[in-house]
Amino acid sequence: MKDISEIRADFPLLGRKVYNKPLIYFDNGATTQKPLCVLDAVREVYTTYNGNIHRGVHAMSDMTSEAYENAREKVRSFINAGKREEIVFTSGTTGSINTVAFSFGERYINPGDEVILSTLEHHANIVPWQMMCMRKGALLKVIPVSDNGEILFEEYLKLLSPKTRIVAVTQASNALGTILPVREIIGAAHAKDIPVLIDGAQGIQHGVIDVKSLDCDFYVFSGHKIYGPTGIGVLYGKEKWLSELPPYQGGGDMVEKVTFEKTTYNELPFKFEAGTVNYAGAIGLGRALDYVSDLGRDEITGREKALLDYATKRLSAIKQLRIFGNSPEKISTISFLLKDIHQYDTGMVLDKMGIAVRTGTHCAQPVMDRFGIDGTVRISMCFYNTMEEIDALGTGIEKVISMFS
Amino acid sequence: MTINEVQDNIIEEFSLFDDWMDKYNLLIDMGRELPVIDPKFKVKDYLIEGCQSKVWLHPEYDAKVISFSADSDAIITRGIVGLLIKVLSGRTPEEIIGAELYFIDRIGLRQNLSPTRSNGLLSMVRQMKLYAMAYKAQGLGQRAQG
Repeated sequence: MKDISEIRADFPLLGRKVYNKPLIYFDNGATTQKPLCVLDAVREVYTTYNGNIHRGVHAMSDMTSEAYENAREKVRSFINAGKREEIVFTSGTTGSINTVAFSFGERYINPGDEVILSTLEHHANIVPWQMMCMRKGALLKVIPVSDNGEILFEEYLKLLSPKTRIVAVTQASNALGTILPVREIIGAAHAKDIPVLIDGAQGIQHGVIDVKSLDCDFYVFSGHKIYGPTGIGVLYGKEKWLSELPPYQGGGDMVEKVTFEKTTYNELPFKFEAGTVNYAGAIGLGRALDYVSDLGRDEITGREKALLDYATKRLSAIKQLRIFGNSPEKISTISFLLKDIHQYDTGMVLDKMGIAVRTGTHCAQPVMDRFGIDGTVRISMCFYNTMEEIDALGTGIEKVISMFS
Repeated sequence: MTINEVQDNIIEEFSLFDDWMDKYNLLIDMGRELPVIDPKFKVKDYLIEGCQSKVWLHPEYDAKVISFSADSDAIITRGIVGLLIKVLSGRTPEEIIGAELYFIDRIGLRQNLSPTRSNGLLSMVRQMKLYAMAYKAQGLGQRAQG
């Protein structure tokens, strides 16, 4: 693996200053910074071969279509899906979940049916299901979590019922960092023939994902959280589901034949890609996946585990600091509060020290409710962060404490 | 002092500091001077819904000027609402409605002004102006009745 200074040199933004201090970026759970090669790939689209995909007879359209389909192949191989038809490009995780919630709901959900989620879900994996349930007269069932922030697996098993139509859970909690036992969750659901959607928004960037081995029915993620551009995401669905589900949006490229009487839909995956897709984003995402693969996914996991351990130790040494989410299995994310200091005050002052953290509910209000708090301060680290940055955070937090007490 | 004179004083006070930490320390001090809201008004009716920190704001109108008291669970936010009260409290509804709050920009708090910003500075200003408009309308109504 490249050494840390070589890695950081790949990300132009990491070298900048903010308020005259070197930027320490600990908000990777919200979005990651981009390596130069991704920016170059997007720029190359627009400077050398841009044309709308799947439409033109001309060379530009052909070249862009080829690069776009090539990006789809990269995604397929990255998550080890069986077929390219199973990879749909969307606007992001939110777009992917809305697609599944709508289309699956239309096809399979009836009044009284149930959908299982966990308490740890991001709002993006709650609201689309809630909207669908309201439309269909179905119910949401929620897996509770322990004080450590782990889901209560026995309770999950109890929730699985003949009325359950689908289980939709996150691979890792964006608010607490907990990694969920998705393999076991999928196994238990499949034993009852219930399909499972995995929200990989906080999972894909931290290690190896193999949808075939996991056997999940749907897997969704966002490009911008794995060093790719914003506005592009992926919906993986097993072919048997995607071919059964009705399209979510209508428009160009998703059709086979259109008359005013009737429209027949295009084959997979195009049935779910209405309108001009963010192909430049998809091509950039393909390049980002190459970058991650070149760096080495196991190496990334290892480096991030070391950062998590070091930061957990450093922060735990501060006696006024309480960490929320103490599962033994975590991504490199730590949520915490300082005694008697509002998370907003902590975040504002850290910001002025050049340290970017997230504060608030992290779009996961049910998690905050579970712990009876209004929000937390969250640091979300990734492979380009350093132990020195964690030391600076520790010193920064101590300064915050002295300022407010 | 007029509203603008108070604003100018605040700008001058903040201009003494280049470092953000010192500015925040000043804001924290401002928060301490805040006319603290009577605990009985720390209820939902007086809560300004912000995303991250809670702010309670209570107006009192003596038929001439409006006096505000407030509190927040975040100390920096308490400082910000303290500044607003310094500028707008004890003013007539007309003065409050017409006030142009340029000091926010000048002391570097503008980043807290965008509509989605979590401390709800914009909501605080809007709420103060709404109270002023309501009292003004009430006054006009009473005069019309009288």
